[in-house]
Parts: sequence; structure tokens; C-alpha cells
Amino acid sequence: MGITKTKDQQRFQEMQLMIPKSDAKMYMSFIYVAFAALLIGGLMGLLQTLVRSGKFTLPFGIGYYQILTVHGVMLGLILTTYFIIGFQYALMGKTVGISQKQKKAAWASFWVMVTGTLLTSGTILLGKASVLYTFYAPLQAHPAFYFGLALLVIGSWISCFVNWRQLYVWKKKHPGEKSPLPAFMVVINMTMWFIATLGVASTVVIQFIPWSLGYAATIDVLISRTLFWYFGHPLVYFWLLPAYMAWYVIIPKIIGGKIFSDSLARMAFILFLFFSIPVGFHHQLTEPGISPTWKFVQVCLTFMVVIPSLMTAFSMFAVFEITGRKKGFKGLFGWFKHLPWKDVRFLAPFIGMVAFIPGGAGGIINASHQMNEVVHNTIWVTGHFHLTVATTVILTFFGISYWLIPHLTGRKLTPQINRLGIIQTIIWTVGMTIMSGSMHIEGLLGAPRRSAFSTYGGTAQAHEWAYYQLAQAVGGSILFIGIVLMVYIFIKLAFFAPRGNEAFPIAEEDANAQPTPMFLENWKLWVVITVALILVAYTIPFVDMIQHAPPGSPPFTMPIGNN
Amino acid sequence: MQLHKYEKIWLSFGIASLVFFLLLLGYGAFYKGTHPQSHAETIDPNHVEANVSFQPEHLGLNKIAENRYVVNIVASTFNYDFGKDENGNPVKNIRIPKGSNVLFQVTTKDVVHGFNAAGTNVNMIVEPGYVSSYETVLDKPGVYTILCNEYCGLGHHMMYATLEVYE
Repeated sequence: MGITKTKDQQRFQEMQLMIPKSDAKMYMSFIYVAFAALLIGGLMGLLQTLVRSGKFTLPFGIGYYQILTVHGVMLGLILTTYFIIGFQYALMGKTVGISQKQKKAAWASFWVMVTGTLLTSGTILLGKASVLYTFYAPLQAHPAFYFGLALLVIGSWISCFVNWRQLYVWKKKHPGEKSPLPAFMVVINMTMWFIATLGVASTVVIQFIPWSLGYAATIDVLISRTLFWYFGHPLVYFWLLPAYMAWYVIIPKIIGGKIFSDSLARMAFILFLFFSIPVGFHHQLTEPGISPTWKFVQVCLTFMVVIPSLMTAFSMFAVFEITGRKKGFKGLFGWFKHLPWKDVRFLAPFIGMVAFIPGGAGGIINASHQMNEVVHNTIWVTGHFHLTVATTVILTFFGISYWLIPHLTGRKLTPQINRLGIIQTIIWTVGMTIMSGSMHIEGLLGAPRRSAFSTYGGTAQAHEWAYYQLAQAVGGSILFIGIVLMVYIFIKLAFFAPRGNEAFPIAEEDANAQPTPMFLENWKLWVVITVALILVAYTIPFVDMIQHAPPGSPPFTMPIGNN
Repeated sequence: MQLHKYEKIWLSFGIASLVFFLLLLGYGAFYKGTHPQSHAETIDPNHVEANVSFQPEHLGLNKIAENRYVVNIVASTFNYDFGKDENGNPVKNIRIPKGSNVLFQVTTKDVVHGFNAAGTNVNMIVEPGYVSSYETVLDKPGVYTILCNEYCGLGHHMMYATLEVYE
């Protein structure tokens, strides 16, 4: 069953909902925290690369692993989660609207998350939680660290409920209509986030908190790691999908085109929902206690995301070409030459897309069962996710910021700021190419990730690694300049740019587009399939872990200086 | 839902490559035995000596036959215990002739550690309660850095040894 054209046009008018000032304030609150985290986390990243170059030591007794924890938590958990939730609220507000009651709940979500963030950050700064953002047991941080994490997750759940409710209310008012594409995508992402965070929430609440308070004497290490990675991989798709939202819905509008295919975009998101979660074992490939057959099953499930990724790549380039040809650009690559290269709202996300080609290829290597042992826990992995999350995702988020922030603050992206943005994008690309490139090579030579500078007793290998670590310090310094510039641009756009109306670019479907089949909105079916895949992938190996569990582990606080 | 003709070609090619790739991985893993380390043997981390392999006299390099060796290691923060040499000093370097078949068995007394002979495929997570093991043929001479590659605490980067494969 399809939907009539007039309804479509009517729907699109409604998509142009105005965002009232009070709503904008709520969306911006999330984004302020995100950029504060970018500055703090980025500074820590710079210090790390300097320490690891062997030419610099931290002052005031600050520890390398303490700043590494701050870096991971600030950029991996705080920056991403806050930016995503703020951006998603803006998309929902723009396309389906937000009620007063929902807005109150959204504020509650914000404050619960902020409380959790302050608790966790405070514990890390006091040196009581140098456990890195993966907080692997039986290293034990101060209980406040785990309470903070739990609050952060619970706060984000309130946002899940609000986003679901927003679409539900809209659908009640618009029976028989398909949901606006951005709202559909947000709800998919929040559904995936909710199901995935059940894993990390259960390990934190059931295992870590009682154990850190002394109510439980021991902890089952393998189960805690398995629950963490049940969450840890979908976490990266939770970062990626908002970038995909921008690619599918925002970028076509910026380049003056239409959505390539509404149904294809929805299908890609549904496939991501299915195949993001039952795949955590590919982070545990070199671990004991998990049968290799089940590892292989999850490896196969992991690779299913190649399909929606290929669909996305095709859609992007199809939009570029169709738009260019409609504008009359001739020749095999005329459409490519005439893309709006001087518009930072396009350039930054485009470089993000390009980075995803080597990023994705590296990901395939990492998840390749036996091939994983070549790179497992080497700095190759760090290089990999600095391409995927720290380039693809972050450059797309920057690309969104250039129009979203002025739109929300009632200002304009001026040509000067646009030019600064282009310089920022180039600095980022150069810095990351140097840093991530040298991480990849050094990793292939065997150097470990997450390690302070060491000569390893003076081996020739360690001597060779040091050159790449120097290159990383160069790349890291360039990136830090990029971060400072980005924070400057953010402050300009939020407080000082001239007043005006910056567009919220949401692309329409083509007038002759195929109608979107209604089965794509069968939410119950999608959730049932998702849960079924998780049960297939995890039930037997998980029961096996419980039945063949070794004696539990007591807490270890000394190794991380938490005493 | 309609797919563009080129998109059908693109996706069919992509999915076919994916299937071929997974079959290749599966063939390597299930028929050639190249599964990643997945040893299921458990151990009490408070009494690793209960397992004969980890009794002090069996730690480090053990020659069990011509060209066959077993290396037993107990990891703890921030040290690999390879046993002691004749003078009672801790062993920090092991030497194995080229082409030998070597079984590495590692366990931990405290937190999670990594065990990586950098530049080889001997790369394992070592978890309290489990024995990690990896069997391989070392056929490229050289000095390899053995190091901990799973964060174990403030002295994590000071946890190392060397493996020498000689002609």
C-alpha cells in the first residue's frame, strides 16, 4: 500500500515546523556539553600523543592512564552521546514536534545525564577510576564511577522514551501515513541504543556496583566483559547512524538534490538495527572461555552490516550524480567536479564519507575471526577508530553543527565562518591522515594500544615503533589545533555570529518517487527479529559461560592507584 | 521496494564477495584449524599452582621432544613469570630454535592481561580463571618483544620479556 502524493506534500509542509526558542534551548544544552567534552577530551588526546612520543612527561603527578580514561570517556561517551541526543531531538522537533510534557521529560533526561557525567568525571579526576572507558573487571574503580555511568545510561533512556512517544503521538494524529524519514531513523537508533545499553546497564548495576560497594566478594570477569561488548559494538553504530541520517536526509538538500530512495534508506536502517547487536564476540576473538564456533557465528552476523553500508555508499554517489546531471553538468565526472566543495556543510561530511572507505575496510580486517590476532589490541585498532568515529562521524557532526547551531541560536553561518570551517576540515584531514596512518603501520609492526611510552627493555622493535609515535605526536598536535579552531567556530556560531535565519536542510523525495511500502513501519516485527537474532547469537555461549564459570575475582584497586 | 538496475549489480557483487570471503574464513578456521585462541580450561586464579603446568619448576621453556616446546607463563601486575635460571634470577628472555613447534600456556593470578609476541600471531587475552593457549611453529628467526597489550594498571607498559628465535 502506498501513500498519495498530496498527502506527501502536506506531510512535507509539516516537516517545516518552526523550532520555538524554548525548544532550541533544550537542544542546545546537549550540544554545549558535547563541545565542552570535545575541548577537554581533545586536550587529553594531545597530551597522550606527546607522552607516547617519549619526549614529554606529565607534570603534577598526573598519570598517563588517567588522561587516557578522560580522553575515552569524554570523546567516546560524552561528546558522542550528548551531540547525538541533541541532534536527534532537533530532528524530531522539526519533523514530528515536541509537546510541553515531552520537553519536561527531555530536560529530566539532560539533568540525569549531567549528574552522571559529573560523578564519573569527578571520580576520574581524583585518580580513583583510571580504568579506561572499558572499565574491565577485576580492576576496581571507586563506586561513584559506576553510579555515574549508570545515571548516564538511565538519562539516555529517558530520551529514548521521549523520542518513541513523539513519533507515537504523531502517528496517532496522522493515521495511515508513513512517518517522516528523519523521525523513523531516530526511533531506529534509539531502539538499538535501548536494547544495547541493557547489557552495559546490567553489568554495571548487577555486577560492578554491588562488588564495588563490598556486597559481593567476587565478580565474574568473562560475563562482565561479554555484557560490556554486547553494548560496545552497537555503541559504535549508535555513533554512526546519526551521521547516516545527515548523509541520507540533510546532504541531498545541501547540494540541491532530492532523497535518492526513501524506502532504501529505511531498509538500511532496519538492517543496522538487526545486525548491530548480536556481534559483540568479534571484540573478544582472542579471549579464552568462548567457543570458536560461536565466535565464528557472530563474525558472520557482524559482516551482514556490509550490506546496508554498500546500500548507503550507492545512495550517496547516486544522489551526487543525479543532482549534478539535473543541473546540466556534462561528461563522465562533471557532476563530481561541480559538487559544492566550498560549502563546509557539504565538505566536512564528504571527507567523513571518504574516510569510511579505509575505515570500513580496516573494520573488516579487525572482525575477520583468525585475522584478528594479527591486530588485536595493537595500536592499529586505535588508528581504525580514529578513522571511523574520529573522522567519519565527527566530521559529519561538525558538518551538522555549521547549520544546526545557528539555526537554533537564530544566527547565520557567515562566509567568514564557512571559510574557517573549510580550513578546520583541511587541518583535521591532514592531522588525522598523519596520526591514524602511523597508528595503522605501527600496529601492523606489533605495537600495543593503550600503553604509555616504553622502550620494552630496549628491543629493536620498540626502537622502530618510537618513530611512528613521534609521527602521532605531530598528527595529534595538528588535530588539537583543529579542535581549538572548531571550539572557536562553535562559540562564534552560538553567541557572536550575526542574527538571521539559517536553514534546517531536510531533503524532499522526488516528485516521481516510488511509494514507500508500509511494511517498513512494522516496528513490532523489527524488534522481534532483533531480539531473536540476539538470542540465537548469545543464549548458548552465555549459558555455557555461567555453567563453566571459574572462581570469581576479588577486587584489585592497587594496580590503578585507587587506594 | 524497487532497486535501481545498477544498484542490483552493485549489491549482488558486494554480497557475492562477502559470501566468498566468509567461506574462505570458515575454511581456514574449521578445516585448517586457524581458529583464534579460545581455550576453555578453567583454573583457580588464587591457586594457579594447582595446575601442574604453572608450578614453579615448570614455568618458562620446557623441551618435551625434538623441536617441540611448551612455554608456561604466569602473568601478574606487572610481570610475566617465566621461572628462574640456574643463578636464581628471573628469566626474561627465552630462546627457541627456528622451526620449532611451540605451545604457549598463559594464566593470570590477578587482573586481565594481554600476551603478545609482537610481530607474530601469538596474541591472546589472559583472563583470571582461564588458561590461554596458542600452538604455533616459529619459523622466522629474530628477537620478538613479548608484551602486555591489555590494560592492567599503572605499570602496564613495564610488563615485557623477549623471545629469541635462532637459526
